[in-house]
Amino acid sequence: MKYLILMHVDQAVLGALSEEQQRLIGEGHAAFIAQTKESGEFVAAQALADPSQSKVVRARNGVPEVTDGPFVEAKEFMGGFYVMDVEDEARAVELAKLIPDASIEGLAVEIRPVMFSDLGDL
Amino acid sequence: MTADESLWRELAPQALARLLRSYGHDQIDVCEDAVQDALLSAYRQWSDQMPADPLAWLVTAARRRYIDRVRSEHRRRDREAREALLAEPLARGSQGSSTADDSLLLLQLCCHPALPRSSQVALTLRAVAGLSTAQIANVYQLPEATVAQRITRAKRRIAELGNALPRPQDGTERLPQVLDVLYLMLTESHHTTTGEPAHDADLAAEAIRLARLLHEALPHDTEVSGLLALMLLTDARRPARVGSDGRLIPLDEQDRDRWDRALIAEGRALLDSCVRGATPGPYLLQACIAAVHAEATDTATTDWYEILMLYRVLEVTTGERNPTIALNRIVAEAMVYGDELALTHLDELAERHPGLPRLAAVRGHLLERINRPDDAAAAYRQAIIQTRNTAERAHLRFRLRRLRQSIMDVQDGRS
Repeated sequence: MKYLILMHVDQAVLGALSEEQQRLIGEGHAAFIAQTKESGEFVAAQALADPSQSKVVRARNGVPEVTDGPFVEAKEFMGGFYVMDVEDEARAVELAKLIPDASIEGLAVEIRPVMFSDLGDL
Repeated sequence: MTADESLWRELAPQALARLLRSYGHDQIDVCEDAVQDALLSAYRQWSDQMPADPLAWLVTAARRRYIDRVRSEHRRRDREAREALLAEPLARGSQGSSTADDSLLLLQLCCHPALPRSSQVALTLRAVAGLSTAQIANVYQLPEATVAQRITRAKRRIAELGNALPRPQDGTERLPQVLDVLYLMLTESHHTTTGEPAHDADLAAEAIRLARLLHEALPHDTEVSGLLALMLLTDARRPARVGSDGRLIPLDEQDRDRWDRALIAEGRALLDSCVRGATPGPYLLQACIAAVHAEATDTATTDWYEILMLYRVLEVTTGERNPTIALNRIVAEAMVYGDELALTHLDELAERHPGLPRLAAVRGHLLERINRPDDAAAAYRQAIIQTRNTAERAHLRFRLRRLRQSIMDVQDGRS
């Protein structure tokens, strides 16, 4: 079963982290990637740019129109995600707990089942 | 698949089994690598000239590679153990073992109980079905590196456990795991389908091919026969199961003219040959249920009483632990005793198993039939939220749309 593990972040929380904490987070993600690659559960990881860099395309009078900024203005936003292929939901939760963000107050990690995948012609 | 590829895929597992018989099951990692090396040489050399006995050629080449690999092994302790085996193989050569025995041995090894289910499946597809890592990755839409790593780890785990878990004593040991893995392959082939053309390798076809091999090895085991029959009867419905729009078409709406009659005949013949006097196991019972459906021209002429009885036996056989079987029994109950009684039982089941897959969909269907369209629509909406299958979601949306249309038609009629 594939699960998307979304990392919800908050720029204020991230900004308040010490250099040491930031270093530990970076190392924690590297270790998490290495560990899940070794276990054969890793599918993909993507870190996303700040939502201020986003553009949104939505219909206006049936015609796609482009605006700057994110779809939803909020303090918290999705900073990146992992895709994991695991035995069951319990294992997905277990993995999510290993992500450094899960141990930082004010950040959160969300786990959602994947229904359909097409990773291109593998 | 080209003729060449089918030859490779037939020979590779046999060569692997021969090596494992000689050097021990815990050598699966090195033996598999050796077979792959040998296949590569064969691929290069056979295009010029085919050997008279391809299997013997391959086994000999793989043995040489195995010996080379063991000799160049760095870890000393491992080397000593393997060198000892080189001096005195566990079993000499390939005498007395058939292709069927080889398949059975490999299946038992790949479905090692210490492995997680996904690794059992990947290793079985690799070592027994002979699929490449890339093909398996394609079937499951996983990066090739993920699949390769999973297989490597599984082989390593078996090697580690070599002594802790002795080789199977006979053909029926670990059989439940083997049956479950093969059946999982078939059901996964349905669940991953979206109405798109099949992926590179056809998982259902592989599952059936492996079940045939297993049946060849154990022709008198009624659960093996039951599993193969169930697979054939289930796969027979495949042409009718998904609509051109990718919608999952349920049994009652399927165009039965599109069912594969040859597969049905084969499945039924298999059941006829084994069902009398058999102790009914879960796969045999499910095959019998599939056979009752296959006999009918539509749901109205289906022998639902027979199906209900079979589900009841199945519930008892499986210790009444499986709520999905209870759900299917309730569907049959609705057809025999009416939708109202079935709804009562469905509520009881929902209390014990909230969020059981397909339960809300069944409730919607029953409510629609007893003409409670608003409640039915609510049930369908819940089912749409709960499902994790795109084809099923498409079907539920279709039902909901149709229901809303009929509600509006009724309102228009009144006004």
